[in-house]
Amino acid sequence: MSQDEIFSKVSSTLVEALNVDEDQITPGATLQGDLGAESIDFLDIVFRLEREFGIKIPRGELFPESIFQGDPEFVQDGKLTPKGMAELKSRMPYADLTKFERDPNFEGLRDLFTVDLISRYIQSKLQPSKN
Amino acid sequence: MRWIWIDRFTEFRHREYARAVKLWSGAEDVFADHFPEFPVVPASLILEGLAQTGGILVGEANDYREKVVLAKIPRAHFHGEALAGQELEYETTLVDLRSEGALVDCKVTAEGRQFAEAEIFYAHLDQSRSQQLFGDRNFVFSGELKQLLGLAKAASQNPPAQ
Repeated sequence: MSQDEIFSKVSSTLVEALNVDEDQITPGATLQGDLGAESIDFLDIVFRLEREFGIKIPRGELFPESIFQGDPEFVQDGKLTPKGMAELKSRMPYADLTKFERDPNFEGLRDLFTVDLISRYIQSKLQPSKN
Repeated sequence: MRWIWIDRFTEFRHREYARAVKLWSGAEDVFADHFPEFPVVPASLILEGLAQTGGILVGEANDYREKVVLAKIPRAHFHGEALAGQELEYETTLVDLRSEGALVDCKVTAEGRQFAEAEIFYAHLDQSRSQQLFGDRNFVFSGELKQLLGLAKAASQNPPAQ
């Protein structure tokens, strides 16, 4: 499946789940800030992506809970600790963390979740295993 | 006040499908205000009836061990109004069931005609968090809803003749 096809399917999934217009969905749109997603919507999105792409998304894989819950090992004084950053990298290898690494503010974590991030995640799931 | 918006189950298939009916008698209190001289069934109470039908379908799927709560109604379309005296049939089909929750597809028919459809999304309350908030008691499937569960089981054991 091409990148465009993935993006277009992700886009229609988000239109259904979040009741937004298609033109609001750009690669850089953040799910919470720009598209108004609430926590329960994340679960709805996971359900829909599974059906749309015929994949299995294990709990916490696309939206890792351990980091968001503010575990003190991972988050201190409102910032991600080096351990937290390592955890984030290992849990979300498909995320582009360059900008976030410069200012690892916990509040900024939610902006990592963009339409593009979901598309990259789906792409990584659809790729045949490299092993 | 009783908060049960279905009368009985007419079909119940484990992890698959549930159908319930609700007769909206003109004597229902709700019609006193909704509306005087124009007794129309509030769409929100139709959704509540659908949510109860589907909620029991989802709860029964795991033998009522999970606390099932309505999380979201992503889509609901009504093609008209239901008036006092009509019997509505609520059909719910389990589309997806996971450890975190479930998605149910719903249809409402009135006198054989499809009148509304909706999608209802349920969450299983996180076991540890719900225990902190509500204790061990399963507040979702308790009290009067239990009676409906019995009726649902009776319906599943005595499927209507084909």
